[in-house]
Amino acid sequence: MAFDYDKYIRPGKLPHIWCPGCGHGIVMKGLIRAMDSLNMKKEETAIVSGIGCASRLPGYMDCCTLHTAHGRAAAFATGVKMAKPEMNVILVGGDGDGTAIGGNHFIHACRRNIDMTYIIMNNYIYGMTGGQFSPCTPTGAKASTTPYGNPDPGFDIAKLAIGAGATFVARGTAYHATQIDKLIAEAIQHKGFSVVEILDDCPTTYGRRNKYRSVVEMMNRLKEVAVPVKAAEKMTAEQLEGKVLTGVLHKVEQPEYCEQYAKVLQRAQAAK
Amino acid sequence: MAKKVAFLQGNEAAAHGALYAGCKFFAGYPITPSTEVAEVMSAELPKVGGKFIQMEDEIGAMAALIGASLTGLKVLTSTSGPGLSLKQENIGYACITEVPCVIVNVMRGGPSTGMPTGPSQSDVMCAKWGTHGDHAAICLVPASVQELFEETVRAFNIAEKYRMPVMVMPDEIVGHMRERIVFPEPGEIEVIERTGPSVPPEQYKPYDTSYGDVPPLAAFGSGYKFHVTGLNKMQDGFPTTKAEIVQAEEERQVRKVEANKADIMKWEEYLCDDAEVIVVAFGSTSRSARFAVDEARKNGIKAGLFRLITFWPFPEERLLELSKQVKGFITPEMNLGMCTGVVKGCIEGNAPVLGIFRVDGEPVNPGQILDKMKEVK
Repeated sequence: MAFDYDKYIRPGKLPHIWCPGCGHGIVMKGLIRAMDSLNMKKEETAIVSGIGCASRLPGYMDCCTLHTAHGRAAAFATGVKMAKPEMNVILVGGDGDGTAIGGNHFIHACRRNIDMTYIIMNNYIYGMTGGQFSPCTPTGAKASTTPYGNPDPGFDIAKLAIGAGATFVARGTAYHATQIDKLIAEAIQHKGFSVVEILDDCPTTYGRRNKYRSVVEMMNRLKEVAVPVKAAEKMTAEQLEGKVLTGVLHKVEQPEYCEQYAKVLQRAQAAK
Repeated sequence: MAKKVAFLQGNEAAAHGALYAGCKFFAGYPITPSTEVAEVMSAELPKVGGKFIQMEDEIGAMAALIGASLTGLKVLTSTSGPGLSLKQENIGYACITEVPCVIVNVMRGGPSTGMPTGPSQSDVMCAKWGTHGDHAAICLVPASVQELFEETVRAFNIAEKYRMPVMVMPDEIVGHMRERIVFPEPGEIEVIERTGPSVPPEQYKPYDTSYGDVPPLAAFGSGYKFHVTGLNKMQDGFPTTKAEIVQAEEERQVRKVEANKADIMKWEEYLCDDAEVIVVAFGSTSRSARFAVDEARKNGIKAGLFRLITFWPFPEERLLELSKQVKGFITPEMNLGMCTGVVKGCIEGNAPVLGIFRVDGEPVNPGQILDKMKEVK
């Protein structure tokens, strides 16, 4: 029997705003399968986002949903989680929202290791505003504000998250759709701040400026560059040139923020 | 039983007022001259099961505050000028999403870094117009340590009652001075809780105006699922660009304060009944003004003090009435004429308004006010 996505979709809120060929819908379906596999209760789950195409995702989900200001999802979510640690808190957003204007909140959420899962849909571009370059746009790529090619180097979101202290970091792609739910489910189950980067595509504002003639071509690129971490262990540096590792990239156990703060409460009340 | 009396700093009193009101969450960022508010909250909140978080920046502090309020907690942040500028983005978010929160902003010199340790009253316009777009503003300007405590309690009451951000803005002198304070007993000052939903989750709409201009607010994690967005929205919380809905919602959010001004506004009239010259002042400046009024009366000048306790909404109607009896107003303030301009704007030219402006980090002294009274003919 076909999977029933409707049980997590908010009645009457589809169709979504995403363009034909955009991978965000694939990610949303992965999130729904992950939530279903963990039997997550909708009324005990907060889905928080910033601004941008990917950040419209919460509106379609039948949960406690918070569509905040540009880049601020992690900070709003920190307030929700700290106030109600028993809630499941999931962040969603794009690469520009999360790593440019939201970069500070992102790294500090990683550092605190607060128990939330952040799904970053990295399509290398600001899509909603019409295709300006983001901190993840590859050097040399064309965007509406890099008509002569992008002079900036791009961020590696996974390395940024690991460096900042996230205790679970994974990467998948919109092409590898059946892997997405497994990565997200593992991230949600991890105690601490977990980051799942999904390499995504924006045919409308990135593809057409960068000589991708079709969505299929963009999806094929995701297929070609992705190398599972296990497979990469057996590959040479030369073979890994231009490739992107996928799967669980980093997983360690560290004290979780809300649990640490619970100890603060105990100490304060003992000293009273 | 004798009431608890203490010798307290203004900022400490603001924190204790918040605790009295039932505040259970604080998110902030260190900034002079407001940091003591955060320090007291970091020590006291965990004792009562509340949470304190020092965020990575002022923007994040305001964001975390709104997130926590949406779970049903009463929330506080504190800041000062440069921090208030940064918080404006999410103050606007709290306005449009109608999420209760209290911001204590201790006024120091500006713009920019300005004079971090010097007193000022130059954030009162920022309280109203700091965030972009049309929105209502509520700003309380206490003048003593006792009043800072009480007005912080009232700020929570107003925030919860009207579902919106409320600012408490002591100037640095009020924030940092130490005075005797008598703590009210629990129950002595009314503490208002926000109105929650009276319908089951499947019928709940976060902006249901069938309840009036202030719809009930459910809490995340209480069984109610709903959507919150900074976009213009419909009654069910989802975005819309429908002209008539956006117009009606924007007007309602301003009207909920306008129509309830009498409940929110507060001021004190001292010797105004027969006054020919009225000093309009607030915060620490009103203390110099009161001294000057007493001195003037000794010299036969019919002086009075109109002390603002709310700056927004501004008591326009009452000042218009008084303008018909006086020969002039005097408006001393630690800025370059912000209150003066508002007074001029509401008295229809009935009387001259003579400002005294100081932005040098020094308070306006009574002598300056007495001298200015001589100019009122």
